[in-house]
Amino acid sequence: MTIEGLLGRKLGTLQVFDDQGRLRGATAIEAGPCWVTQLRTAEKDGYEAVQLGYGGKKRLTKPAAGHLAASGAPNLRHLAEFRPDADAALGDRIGVEIFEPGQLVDVTATSKGRGFQGGVRRHHFRGGPRTHGQSDRHRAPGSIGAGTTPGRVFKGTRMAGHMGARRSTVRNLEVLGRNEERGVIFVGGSVPGPAGGLVRVRRARAVSRARAAR
Amino acid sequence: MSYELDALTDATPRDDLPEFGSGDSVRVHARVVEGAKERVQVFEGVVIRQRRKGMASNFTVRKIASGVGVERTFPLHSPRLEKIEVVRRGKVRRKNLSYLRGRTGRAARIKERREPRPTA
Repeated sequence: MTIEGLLGRKLGTLQVFDDQGRLRGATAIEAGPCWVTQLRTAEKDGYEAVQLGYGGKKRLTKPAAGHLAASGAPNLRHLAEFRPDADAALGDRIGVEIFEPGQLVDVTATSKGRGFQGGVRRHHFRGGPRTHGQSDRHRAPGSIGAGTTPGRVFKGTRMAGHMGARRSTVRNLEVLGRNEERGVIFVGGSVPGPAGGLVRVRRARAVSRARAAR
Repeated sequence: MSYELDALTDATPRDDLPEFGSGDSVRVHARVVEGAKERVQVFEGVVIRQRRKGMASNFTVRKIASGVGVERTFPLHSPRLEKIEVVRRGKVRRKNLSYLRGRTGRAARIKERREPRPTA
């Protein structure tokens, strides 16, 4: 088995024709190239994992340079750990070839930050009535709890607050195409984060049996 | 808007189709899949809208079918398009002819555009 995933960069969205001539919304992702920068072992680290690095950087801090020198990898900006893989060796270069068109993948990234948003936008609250003498209640959250009993607001009650800029995973996106020369894959649907943002792509973990049989 | 991402795909643009624009009457031969069978369906009408966005370009054709207005939007670069015939060139002053929707019969006429006769 090859490594389960890679780091990459979201390039943007586009439309592509699938094998049946249907137009599909898709996202272009530059997946890799990544280098194996470290192998975590049970003896040394208490768990097994493969650490991959991606992206260029002009100057490195001394500690980062020392860490990368151990694997002979170029200057890398991002490091991340993936599930252990027996085939991965220190210093290996891994690219898009691990993703096959037709396969399903999960894509993890930091979603676009939306700042401080009210309840209507953040949690789809309905807001108050627009007419019948309402003032200042149009987008109010309404009641946030009962009265003297329990006499407090429950933890986790949905309210206004910071929205977005969180780690988010979209599962089971189909790989519609691949450009090996440029190291790009096209996945059906949308992916969290802005164009140019760091993404983590891996083999889909939860594929339905019907789907896996195909 | 740039189409750099289109260039990364292996999609081929349809440069075999004739040029046409809003106001033109066209006959679109589109392959449709019905169950296991595939056949060519012809849709003839007036182009009322064109969206030029690289491989995502599309155009909308409007016709009156048994008294009901029918519009169909085709992706310009679709491999399912067999061919497009330009039946008539129309003379119009805008690119989005949504004003045709409220009109029928004589009010929905479009003047024909005539190319100036080539001088010998």
